[in-house]
Amino acid sequence: MSATQTQTLPPSMKRQRRADMRRNVFYLVLIGIGLVAPFVAYPVFLMKVLCFALFACAFNLLLGYAGLLSFGHAAFLATGGYITGYLLASYPGLTPELGIIAGTLVAVALGAVFGALSIRRQGIYFAMVTLALAQLVFFVYVQSPFTGGEDGLHGVPRGELFGIISLRSNLAMYYFVFAIFLFGFALIQRAVHSPYGQVLKAIRENEPRAISLGYNVDAYKLVAFVLSAGLAGLAGSTKTVVFQLASLTDAHWHMSGEVILMTLLGGVGTLFGPVVGAGIVVSLQHMLAQSPLGNWVGPILGVIFVICVLSFRSGIVGEILKSYRKNFK
Amino acid sequence: MTFIKKSLTAAVALAATAAMATTAQAEISDGEVRIGYLADMSGTYRDLAGPGGLEALRMAVEDFGGNVNGAPIQVFSADDRNSADVGASTVREWIDTRNVDMVAGLVASSVTIAVTRVLEENNSFGIVSASAASSITNEHCTPNHIHWVYDTYPLANGTARAVVEQGGDSWFMLTADYAFGHALEGDVTRVVEEAGGEIIGGVRHPFPTDDFSSYILQAQGSGAKIIGLANAGSDTVNSIMTASQFGVVQAGQQLAGLLVFLNDVYAMGLEDTQGLLLTTGWYWNMDDESREWSERYYERVGRMPTMVQAGIYSSTMHYLQAVEATGSDDPATVREYMMGQEINDFFARNGRLREDGRMVHDMYLAQVKSPAESEHEWDLYEILSTIPAEEAYRPLSESQCKLVQN
Amino acid sequence: MTMIFGVPLAVFLGQLLLGLINGAFYALLSLGLAVIFGLLKIVNFAHGAMYMLGAFATLLGMRYLGINYWTALLLAPLIVGLFGMLLERTMLRRIAHLDHLYGLLLTFGLALIFEGTLVNFFGVSGARYPTPELLQGGFQTGFMFLPKYRAFVLVAAIAVCLFTWYMIERTRLGAYLRAGTENPALMQAFGVNVPLLITLTYGFGVALAAFAGVLAAPLYPVSPTMGSNLLIVVFAVVVIGGMGSILGAVLTGLGMGLIEGLTKVYYPEAANTVIFLVMILVLLLRPAGLFGKEA
Repeated sequence: MSATQTQTLPPSMKRQRRADMRRNVFYLVLIGIGLVAPFVAYPVFLMKVLCFALFACAFNLLLGYAGLLSFGHAAFLATGGYITGYLLASYPGLTPELGIIAGTLVAVALGAVFGALSIRRQGIYFAMVTLALAQLVFFVYVQSPFTGGEDGLHGVPRGELFGIISLRSNLAMYYFVFAIFLFGFALIQRAVHSPYGQVLKAIRENEPRAISLGYNVDAYKLVAFVLSAGLAGLAGSTKTVVFQLASLTDAHWHMSGEVILMTLLGGVGTLFGPVVGAGIVVSLQHMLAQSPLGNWVGPILGVIFVICVLSFRSGIVGEILKSYRKNFK
Repeated sequence: MTFIKKSLTAAVALAATAAMATTAQAEISDGEVRIGYLADMSGTYRDLAGPGGLEALRMAVEDFGGNVNGAPIQVFSADDRNSADVGASTVREWIDTRNVDMVAGLVASSVTIAVTRVLEENNSFGIVSASAASSITNEHCTPNHIHWVYDTYPLANGTARAVVEQGGDSWFMLTADYAFGHALEGDVTRVVEEAGGEIIGGVRHPFPTDDFSSYILQAQGSGAKIIGLANAGSDTVNSIMTASQFGVVQAGQQLAGLLVFLNDVYAMGLEDTQGLLLTTGWYWNMDDESREWSERYYERVGRMPTMVQAGIYSSTMHYLQAVEATGSDDPATVREYMMGQEINDFFARNGRLREDGRMVHDMYLAQVKSPAESEHEWDLYEILSTIPAEEAYRPLSESQCKLVQN
Repeated sequence: MTMIFGVPLAVFLGQLLLGLINGAFYALLSLGLAVIFGLLKIVNFAHGAMYMLGAFATLLGMRYLGINYWTALLLAPLIVGLFGMLLERTMLRRIAHLDHLYGLLLTFGLALIFEGTLVNFFGVSGARYPTPELLQGGFQTGFMFLPKYRAFVLVAAIAVCLFTWYMIERTRLGAYLRAGTENPALMQAFGVNVPLLITLTYGFGVALAAFAGVLAAPLYPVSPTMGSNLLIVVFAVVVIGGMGSILGAVLTGLGMGLIEGLTKVYYPEAANTVIFLVMILVLLLRPAGLFGKEA
C-alpha cells in the first residue's frame, strides 16, 4: 500500500487505521515485555500470574461480555488441573500438551453441563446456582480417590513438550505457559470483537430486545459459558503442569471469589483488566505471604473488594480507559 | 629454639585450620547454611509446632554458635496453612531463589508428602519433625528427607497394644480422611488384630470437622468397647468433647486418643482427659536433661515444649553437627554421616537413623494424670513404660521403601 | 433390635434427630437470608460471618465481661443486629441503586474482612464455650442419649422461626414489610419510612444469624471460619426452597437437615453432597425452587 493511497482515505478511516496501528504497537510491546520478563523476575511466579490472568480473562468473558456472574468458576480450574494431573502422573508416555488438551476438554464438558443447568436463571439466582454446583464438584473431588482428597495430587511430571523439549527448566516452561496464555487471550479477543461477541453484548444490555430480534439467547449464553469454562480449565491444566500438583485449594469456593476480585479490581468488561487484576492479587499474596503481614492476606483482599464495589467499580483499567477517553477524544 | 618451634607449630596449625576452613567453606553452598522452617503457623496444628517450633530451631542455631565452620546460619520461615499447594510452591521457591539447604518443621502429612517430592526432584534436604504418617518413610520415602520425632507405627504399637491388653478388644475407628488418618488407621488395625482384638466398624470424617455428633452416635451404636481416634489436633479435641456431651464414657465405652499432644491435653484440661493412655516420643518432665532444656525453652516461649518442638531442636543440632563434621551441605553426604552416628541427646535415646530415613529411638507409653495427681499446670503425664527403639518402629523387613533392599 | 433397612432403629432415629437439629440451624439462617432478600434483594454473603460474630460475642462476653449464656442469648443478636444496621447505613445503602449483584460482592468482601481479622486474633482451631449449667446432662430417650442442650436448641430455633413467621404474616410491621417487598415506591408514597424499614430489616435478618451463632457456641468450637462453610450449605437450601416464602425457608431448612441425617445413616461419605444433589434435582424440575414464584 502506497503513501498516496493512505492520504486519500477519509479522515475517519485514517483515525481508525492509526488507532489500529497504535494498538498493534502496544500489543507488540507487551509481548516483548512478556518475553524478557523471566530474566528479570522469578519465572515460577510469573507463570502463576499468567495462569491466573488467563483464568480471570475466561471469567471476564462471562461477566464482562455476557453479564453473567458465575460464583463457581473454581470448579473448572480444578477440573482442568485434576484431569491433566491425573493423566500425566498415571501415563508416563503422555506428553504435557496432550494432558493439557484432555484437561481442557473435560472442563468444556463440565461447562456444558453447568451451563445447561444454570443459564436459564439470571442475576443472583445464576450466581447461587453456579456456586452450589461448584460445591458439588468440590465434594466429588474430596471423595474421589484419583484426586488424592485432602492430600492432593502430587508428582505430576512436567515432561517433554511434543516429546522433544524438556520442560524441566523453568525458562522453557515459562515460554510454553506464555504461549498458552497468548492463545487464550487471542481467542477471547477474537470472540469479543466478532459478530458473536456483539450479539452477546446486546443480550447483556437488553435481553428481551435480543429475544425479540430473533436471537436464540440461551444458545449464545451457553456458548459463552462453555468457552469460559474451557479456558478456565486450560488455566488450571497449565497451572498443574507448572507446579506439578493439583489440590483442593483450586476447587474451593474461595477461589471462585478470588477470580471475581481479580476481574473487578482490574476492570470488568475490559480485555486487559483481568490480567492487571490477576497480576496485582497474585503479587500481593506472594509478597504478603513472606512478610510479617502474611496472616492479613484475607482481610486485605476483603478491604480491596469492598473499596472496588463501593467506589471503584470500573476497576483500574476501566478508570484508565475512562480518563483516556475524556482527555484524548 | 623453643620459641621457634612453638611459632612454627602455631603457624602450621594456623595454616591447617585455614586450609580446612576454606575447603569446608567451598563445600557449603553459597558460604551459608540456609534453613527454611515450614509449618502451620496459624491453623489447627499451630500449637504443636508453629511459632514455638521456630523458636526451638533458633535456639539450636544459637547454641551451635550461629555459624558452621565460619559459614553463617540463616533461618527463614513460612506458613503452609496446611495446604500442600502452598507448602510445595514455597519450598520450590526457596530452592529456586534462595538455594535452601534444609527444610525443617513439616507438619501436616499431606504437605510433607508434597514437599518431599519437590525436595527429591531438586536434590535438596528436609527433616520432618511434626508429621505423623508412617508412609513418609515407607512408600513415600526419598533419599532427600528424614523423619525424626515419631510416626503412626509406634503410636499404634504403644497405645493400641496397651489398650487391647487391658481388655479393650473391640474397636470403632474415627479416622481423619487424609494421608495421616489412613496411615494411623492401618497401623492400629494391624496392631489390634495382632493382639487378638477386632475392628468392628469405623467412619472417615473430613479434615477438619466441627460437628462430631453423628459420628459419635454411630460409634455408640456399634457397641464397640473402644472408640479409637485416628485424628489429631482440634479434631481429636472436638471428638473427645462431643463424646463427653453424649455421655460415651458413662455408658461404658472408652476413648483411645492415638495422637494426643501435650498442648491438646493442656487445652482440654485434666478433668476431661484424665486416665487417657497415649504414646509419646518425649516428655518435657521425663528426666533432668529434658527438664533443663525445657525450662530454657519455657523462658523464651512461655509454654512447655511438645515432643515436636523438642525434636526440631534435636534434629537441627544433629544436622548442623553433620554439616560441620563433613564440611558439606550436600544432602547425600550429610545423610550418610548422620546414619553413621549414634543419636543420643536430651530428646532421643538409643537413636539411630535408618536407611529408609526413619530415626528410630525409644518411645514412651504415658498416661494423663488426674487433677489430684498433678502438681502444677504443666504436670500432665506419667510415663508408664518405655518402648525400645528397635521394637517401636516398623521393621525394615516390612518396608516398602525404595531405598531398602528386601 | 428392630432394624430399618439393615440399620438399628436406635441409630436411625438418633441420626434423624441430629439431622433435625442441624436443620434448625439451616432454617434460622435461611430465614434471615430470606427476610433480607425480600426487601433488599441482595444475597447476604456476610450471613455466615454474622453467625460467627454472634458466637464470638457470646464467647468474649463470657470471658471478659462475665456475661452468662442466657443474657448473651438476648444481647449478642442485639449487638450484631445493630452492627448490621450500621453496615447497611454506611455501605449497602450506597450501592442500593445498582445491580443487586454488587450487594452480594460487597457482603462477600465484608465476610473476608471479619473472618480474616478474627483468624489473626483467635486462630482457626476454635475455642469451646461451656454448656449452660441448667442444660447439662441429657435424657435417655430410649433410642439415644439426647443431650439436654441439643433438645433446647431445636425448641428454641423452631420457636424463633414461628415467632418471625407470625411477626411478618400477622402484624402491622410485617404488613409494611410485605408491602415494601412488593412495591417500595408506593410504600414511600404512603408515608412509610422505607429506608428505615430497610435498615431494620437488615438488622433483624442479621440478628437471626447471630442468634443461631449463640445457639451454636456450646455445640461447636467457636472459630472465625465456623460460618463460611455452613453458609454455602444454607445457600443451597435457599436455592432449593426458592426465595419466595418465609415458611418455605424454614420448612426447607428442617427438611434438608432430615435428609442429611438420613444420608449419614446409609452413606455417610455423601452427607455433605446430598443437599447439592437435591438442589440439582429441584433445579431441573422446578427452576424457581420448591416455594419460589417463577420470576
